[in-house]
Amino acid sequence: MKQNRVKQKLGIQPPSFVDKVNKRQMTGLVQDSETSNISCEDWGNLHYDLILHIFQYLPLVDRACASSVCRTWNKAFHMPELWRRFEFELHQPATSYLNSTHPDLIQQIIKKHADHLQYVSFKVDSSTESAEAACDILSQLVNCSIKTLGLISTARPSFMNLSKSRFVSALTVVFVNSKTLSSIKINDTPIDDPSLKVLVANNSDTLKLLKMSSCPYVSPAGVLCVADQCYGLRELALNYYLLSDELLLALSSEKHVHLEQLRIDVVSENPGETQFHSIKKSSWDALVKHSPKVNIVMYFFLYEEEFDPFFHDETPVTHIYFGRAVSQQMLGRIGMNCPRLIELVVCANGRHPMDDELICIAESCKNLTAVGLGECEVSCSAFVEFVKRCGGRLTQLSIMEEVLIPDQKYSLEQMHWEVSKYLGRVWFPDMMPTW
Amino acid sequence: PVGGPCARRGLPERSVPHSAMVCNSIHWFRKGLRLHDNPALLESVQGVDTIRCVYMVDPWFAGTSSLSINRWGFLLQCLEDLDTNLRKLNSRLFVIRGQPADVFPRLFKEWNISRLSFEYDSEPFSKKRDAVIKKLATEAGVEVIVRISHTLYDIDVIIERNGGQPPLTYKHFQKLISQMGPVEMPVKMITSETMGRCTMPVLDDHGDRFGVPSLEELGFNTEGLTSAVWPGGETEALARLERHLERKAWVANFERPGMNSKSLLASPTGLSPYLRFGCLSSRLFYFKLTELYKKVKKNSSPPLSLYGQLFWREFFYAAGTNNPKFDKMEGNPICVQIPWDRNPEALAKWAEGKTGFPWIDAIMTQLRQEGWIHHLARHAVACFLTRGDLWISWEEGMKVFEELLLDADWSVNAGNWMWLSCSSFFQQFFHCYCPVGFGRRTDPNGDYIRQYLPVLRGYPAKHIYDPWNAPEDVQRAANCIIGVDYPRPM
Repeated sequence: MKQNRVKQKLGIQPPSFVDKVNKRQMTGLVQDSETSNISCEDWGNLHYDLILHIFQYLPLVDRACASSVCRTWNKAFHMPELWRRFEFELHQPATSYLNSTHPDLIQQIIKKHADHLQYVSFKVDSSTESAEAACDILSQLVNCSIKTLGLISTARPSFMNLSKSRFVSALTVVFVNSKTLSSIKINDTPIDDPSLKVLVANNSDTLKLLKMSSCPYVSPAGVLCVADQCYGLRELALNYYLLSDELLLALSSEKHVHLEQLRIDVVSENPGETQFHSIKKSSWDALVKHSPKVNIVMYFFLYEEEFDPFFHDETPVTHIYFGRAVSQQMLGRIGMNCPRLIELVVCANGRHPMDDELICIAESCKNLTAVGLGECEVSCSAFVEFVKRCGGRLTQLSIMEEVLIPDQKYSLEQMHWEVSKYLGRVWFPDMMPTW
Repeated sequence: PVGGPCARRGLPERSVPHSAMVCNSIHWFRKGLRLHDNPALLESVQGVDTIRCVYMVDPWFAGTSSLSINRWGFLLQCLEDLDTNLRKLNSRLFVIRGQPADVFPRLFKEWNISRLSFEYDSEPFSKKRDAVIKKLATEAGVEVIVRISHTLYDIDVIIERNGGQPPLTYKHFQKLISQMGPVEMPVKMITSETMGRCTMPVLDDHGDRFGVPSLEELGFNTEGLTSAVWPGGETEALARLERHLERKAWVANFERPGMNSKSLLASPTGLSPYLRFGCLSSRLFYFKLTELYKKVKKNSSPPLSLYGQLFWREFFYAAGTNNPKFDKMEGNPICVQIPWDRNPEALAKWAEGKTGFPWIDAIMTQLRQEGWIHHLARHAVACFLTRGDLWISWEEGMKVFEELLLDADWSVNAGNWMWLSCSSFFQQFFHCYCPVGFGRRTDPNGDYIRQYLPVLRGYPAKHIYDPWNAPEDVQRAANCIIGVDYPRPM
């Protein structure tokens, strides 16, 4: 009853409130509003649920200001519900334009709210100090039951500047103590096999998502250990060298849930340096049989001459991104061997038109809905043909204007009308500003 | 009393009785440094006795401004050209040191001014400055004439047609443009006939008091300075326009030109700096292009893509006109807040062309030496600085371009940098330009690199884009060891 009255009155300044505050200032006492005899509405008297609900809409800074108003509000500010989610932003003025989470606030969280934290992320800038600070906080999260943990390097992989032992010891504090970890994002960190073992030993029942691209100290055996024991794993991101037939088979074992997403980064730092092994078709088949809807996402950052090991057999990849130039032959093989393809992005492919390859892809990749072409060349005729064969299923078609070469049959103007016709919507190529 | 015969605008010269009161006008040049298609100036000379064309320079000393010698040089040449052309009309250009808000009240009194004219500038800072000047003019009883001629359309109308917001994708902008009325015709060139009875009393010491300064006077060291690759001025601009149109007609091809290594070099038909300073009217360019297209293509309707260069410019002016934070990330409602890295050392290497990537370094060298780079070269270095390699804020890149690039003005520069760093004007997909691959594909032989980085001349095409991968004997044969004679890649 009282709650309803209060709800109706929200937004109107109750006259007694001002008097009450003045009185408090004069007497220097902080009266517990609930024991006072004043019957009219008092902001400090709001039910905790209400205050909590309102506080959840406020950004942290405003909530913190509100918490200094009265004891009730202060108490509400510290309720566990408001501290489930936190993002620690760790920046140094010399390396970032952004503000850091205030050290006092960090201290307060560790002191009062460490055991409330469930969804935690750390955003660090390019300085080693910031990565250090993150580890420092991690080491103190002892009595917690964290579900989601994200370590995000916003500019450079600064966690890699730390000693492996320092990083690993901080991280394993959370691995050991939380026991309910379900989502872990630790790309670009010096995590290693032993720490993965610790993760698995304590969280195998709950782990659903693991992203560890560009973690050079992990070996295929380390990942296999995760796959072998974490049957609930739905999302995995790693580098190609960690992929193995055993891993795919482990992810397809009966006890495993359906895998939803597998992201693989294929990276080469210097041309010809890395040897890429192949994966057997039977391993891929097993994976798709077990998880028919799985998205297999591959990011390629290779030099043109390094594509040979890939896609000679049917490969169930669904999303392909070429971050650097890709060879003509590789594009040809996609048309032959990637029937599940949904999305294709080509950054560059050299100066040869990819007419034939594109049309082949239109024919064979019946699930293709998104295409992006950067520094490529396609004749307008071939492009129109491509779109004609794909039709309206192409919901995303991002082609840089420079890609399309006018020919006998089509000028740029004519091409874009034809393409719009086949897509069933008005379409223009993407343009970069000309100065 | 103030408010004599020329206080009412638009009255033709002869219909007003010639009163005893003398009318003196000032035309204030800021951009629009030309006598052709200058409606504000054209109107300003109607029915007045004298007209003084002024240009204000502040700061005066090069050391206090961050603009390069090329930028100053171009501007001074524009002013010299104006002065030369005004002399043919028995007038002169008055170059005055100081801030407009300080100088104008003094000039209004000293010269007994009753009219002030200038070309409309849509940038937020300019609008603010001009509002102050208008107020000062009104207080001094000076009539103010402002005309739009720096853009094809009235930018405010474009925004109005879009519900009060500027269009934030180019496609949307093109759609709006196609629904606007026709572009207004450029007005005629100012001639002695137009000037009519208007004269300009010029004193003997004009040169000392109001002459166009030299680079030396502004504090630049001009020892060893070669002649500018891009000479400033209206005369040069109009000559270039003719050459530009001639070339288009000869090729009979209005499609986007193919890209090759020659495209990277400064062209004698390039027009962007002249459009920026207003030596060339964008409306004149628009009409000449249209005329030529209709002639060559037998009267068919020109596609919007013909005016690409002009429309992009218009797009960015519209995007920036009501947004004083347009050139910043923080507080800019259309800019994505990205956690850019702060790294002055890396920024300096990029700005000075010392990254160790020959493609990037050659481009930045050409920029510093000549003041212009091809737009694909701009994409390459902008991508490298921001989202591609260094992850440094686009604001830093924008400042370097402002210093060095002849055709960079506030709106167009900021807008382009936001676009190229993926901070705004969303399109679905941005690909990254590889600092090795992109250059190699554009100019396989590496001629451009050899021209601007002579130290790498000895490298064969195979290795010139990534010389650090060249075997030792190749490096020695080229007389350039990576890490010693040319930096390692950063």
